[in-house]
Amino acid sequence: MTPQSNFMVVVPVDPKHETELRQLLDSMNQGPGQVDPNNALIPFAKFDTLHFARFIILDDKTTEDVRVYRLTPRSYPLYLAFLGDVDGDANAFLDQLIKRARNGLGRIFSCCEGFTSDTNLLAWMKRHHAPAIAAYVNWRGRTVRQIREEVALYEALENYIGQNSATFQHLPPRELHERLRNFVNAEKSASRLILSPESPTPLGWQIRNLLHLFGMPLLVLITLPLLILLAPFYIIALRHLEKTDPEVCPRADQQHSEDLSRIEDHDVTNQFSALGSLKPGLVRLLTTSGVLKTVNYGARHITRPGRLGRIRSIHFARWVFVAGTERMIFCSNYDGSVESYMDDFINKTGFGLNASFSNGVGYPRTNWLVRDGCIDERKYKEYLRRHTLVTQVWYKAYPGLSAVDLERNTRIRQGLESSSMTDEQARDWVALL
Amino acid sequence: MSRVEFADVQGLVRFGYGHLTEASYALVRVKNVAAAKAWLHSTRVTDAAKSPTNTAINIAFTAPGLRALGISESVIAGFSQEFRAGMAQESRARQLGDVGNNAPSNWAWGSYGCEPHAVVMFFGKPEQFGFFVQSTKGTPWSDAFEEVTSLGTSNLDEHEPFGFKDGISQPQIDWEQRRQTPCTQLEYTNIVALGEFLLGYRNEYGKITDRPLLEPDSASAELLAANDAPTKKDLGRNGTYLVMRELEQDVRKFWQFLHQEAAGNIEEARQLGAKIVGRMQSGDPLVPTEERPTPGSDATSTQQNRFTYHNDPTGARCPFGAHIRRANPRNSDFPEQRIGLLRKLVIMLGFGPKGFYDDLTSSVRFHRILRRGREYGSELRPEQALAPAPPNEQPRGLNFICLNANISRQFEFLQNAWISNAKFAGLAGETDPLLGNRERMAAYCRPSANFTMQKENGLRYPLSGLPQFVTVRGGAYFFLPSLRALRYFAGTGNA
Repeated sequence: MTPQSNFMVVVPVDPKHETELRQLLDSMNQGPGQVDPNNALIPFAKFDTLHFARFIILDDKTTEDVRVYRLTPRSYPLYLAFLGDVDGDANAFLDQLIKRARNGLGRIFSCCEGFTSDTNLLAWMKRHHAPAIAAYVNWRGRTVRQIREEVALYEALENYIGQNSATFQHLPPRELHERLRNFVNAEKSASRLILSPESPTPLGWQIRNLLHLFGMPLLVLITLPLLILLAPFYIIALRHLEKTDPEVCPRADQQHSEDLSRIEDHDVTNQFSALGSLKPGLVRLLTTSGVLKTVNYGARHITRPGRLGRIRSIHFARWVFVAGTERMIFCSNYDGSVESYMDDFINKTGFGLNASFSNGVGYPRTNWLVRDGCIDERKYKEYLRRHTLVTQVWYKAYPGLSAVDLERNTRIRQGLESSSMTDEQARDWVALL
Repeated sequence: MSRVEFADVQGLVRFGYGHLTEASYALVRVKNVAAAKAWLHSTRVTDAAKSPTNTAINIAFTAPGLRALGISESVIAGFSQEFRAGMAQESRARQLGDVGNNAPSNWAWGSYGCEPHAVVMFFGKPEQFGFFVQSTKGTPWSDAFEEVTSLGTSNLDEHEPFGFKDGISQPQIDWEQRRQTPCTQLEYTNIVALGEFLLGYRNEYGKITDRPLLEPDSASAELLAANDAPTKKDLGRNGTYLVMRELEQDVRKFWQFLHQEAAGNIEEARQLGAKIVGRMQSGDPLVPTEERPTPGSDATSTQQNRFTYHNDPTGARCPFGAHIRRANPRNSDFPEQRIGLLRKLVIMLGFGPKGFYDDLTSSVRFHRILRRGREYGSELRPEQALAPAPPNEQPRGLNFICLNANISRQFEFLQNAWISNAKFAGLAGETDPLLGNRERMAAYCRPSANFTMQKENGLRYPLSGLPQFVTVRGGAYFFLPSLRALRYFAGTGNA
């Protein structure tokens, strides 16, 4: 299995070059919200291990919100974030990226602080790496290559079935499975279809994964006496905060909403980036870290492929602290419109949403961390929309395909790999076609 | 929470006025503000206290319309964003599937920047209708308004122009506000919180949605206080949003296509049509109905509305993509019924049913609409529709109207995530077989002009190359105010 990894570079923009940077990024698009996958600066389509990538200028319009805590808003530099989700090791990807897009990257980063023509690009990007505190991958191990091979498989089957529909319509599922299996095997032998076998899982990754799998619970176990001792104090403090933390959920600015809508819904998948300040104090910081480390653990070791709780529309997602621990950004790639995305979250995973986002300044009031909060739907939607950033460039390696499409194709392939099926299995498999 | 004062609610919210078989919708722009206000002031708008006997009139305004009446921006800012921006805005049109032939730039009315200001809806019994419209308009009408267009309607005896019985399924409004929200709904119910259809009351989340709340002053004195902010005057209370779309239906193309697919067999064409709609022409659903009424429905609910898709998980009886299954999946909050706390937890954490088609559709109770539209054009039976159109044939279609308190979560969600979503419920690439625009979302996307009929035990049966049967000819978002709010609009500035 080839595990997925991610990278994120966060660098301050040189104010003198902000306009130029925006123009450069815009030149990578062929229309609002639609990247040119072969653009001259970074021809994303050339990288066959890259799932998603985006450039965002972290133009945080909500920094003033901390005034509700009588804090003076910090004047953060304007950051540029460049992030992506890749197959295999992220550093290996960056090596490839620099080989093929050195000039483009150089032009973009030269609009940022501290980058000159003789800066070592790789070292610089690594130095400005912002690690994810929690990351979600829809289907761990499914590579871009596999996705493309499985799309080709689906299309080949679709054509073959179309040509033989009169016969196939009346075949019982098991017999049909057998016929299609033979067809695919013949296509494979003739090299018209390629279904590459899974690559061996890198040993280093396996070891790290096992350490994480057992290490985290072990750590919790070791510190358990201390946690139990502290729990009452923590609960009292959190309950107090929940009851007193002010809400900041004004209506999102209409122009801002329209700017966001303009770049959305050009594909079945959309990007989402939201940035905000965390509530002050240790309790909130610990809560955020605890919740997100739990989410990360669950996403890595427990969730079923294709699902985050009940949600099946997210390809990749991550939570990242931005330069310190005062602000956090959440980035995801999801299917459907933003309205259905938010509804899905509220109705299916409201508890997780509350636990992970309620530590942000102004979030609708929660109750015991997981209750209420986003149930105040209008407030929550305004809150989220207000914190959403306009993404400058967004790339997806398999346009037109939803996560559920990818799951269908993978299930079809898995079904073809089994030589015998029960009637019920065969029936379910045929229903995928 | 206080009881609904029916005399303050426009009648259309409570009644479809089925017995008033004649109707027309005048889409107007304000020509003279003072004259318009005077006309509004003097017109007796039908309320919901009791079903009107002979005639009815209801009025709703667009955001530009409120502006034209001199309502201040700060008041308008309290309305929802989608209402203020309008249906024809480019990004919104893309989300609604209003592209290609459906694009607002091709509309007969309502395109961006040319929105009507108001819709005046007249209803009446045939003998009274003509006189009623004329006398209600009166002479001040033409001084006050410029008619953009007047949409006629026709009485096709509860059938829509393709020939299928329509209007069977409607949510039942919880007027008494007995519904305990927020709640977990484990079974499909037809009863929906009042706040989903009327502003100022609790919705399915147990919350009151945003609407303009005003500081008390002489102009707003008559308005009711807000339920959730007693010191403020609630301009939205007892009002709601009205979505209107003129949908032209190509009846000939519909039946000719099906007839051809059925190799010239009209009976088989009818069967195909039933699969596309999800009901037989008689209105009978394709899944067996149940003896008991759907929970929340009153006992008078028609037998044809007593069903869910729970016993048709594979779509073998009613295809996943059938129009009525998209428009109302009849599901509940969880993919399984009658489950305990533990099972709920298991499902919430993602370890529930693992079939490919399981749990892909959002819970429908947050996405209901109250349909109040009417057909236009003459009846054309399937056999007649097979003949070529005579010259100058008059168009047929539906003047679609729906009411909802939250346009983005109700009408827009339904239109975007269910009707025009090529990936609805795990489908690979097909939009609503009746309403779909047949456009690809982008050049690289799979064609959407397909419809698949699932089978219990074998390959699904595909239809491809579906022509566009329904074309959007106009549309707008309106606010249907309470009678108090209407008087506020009519009075502001010239009181």
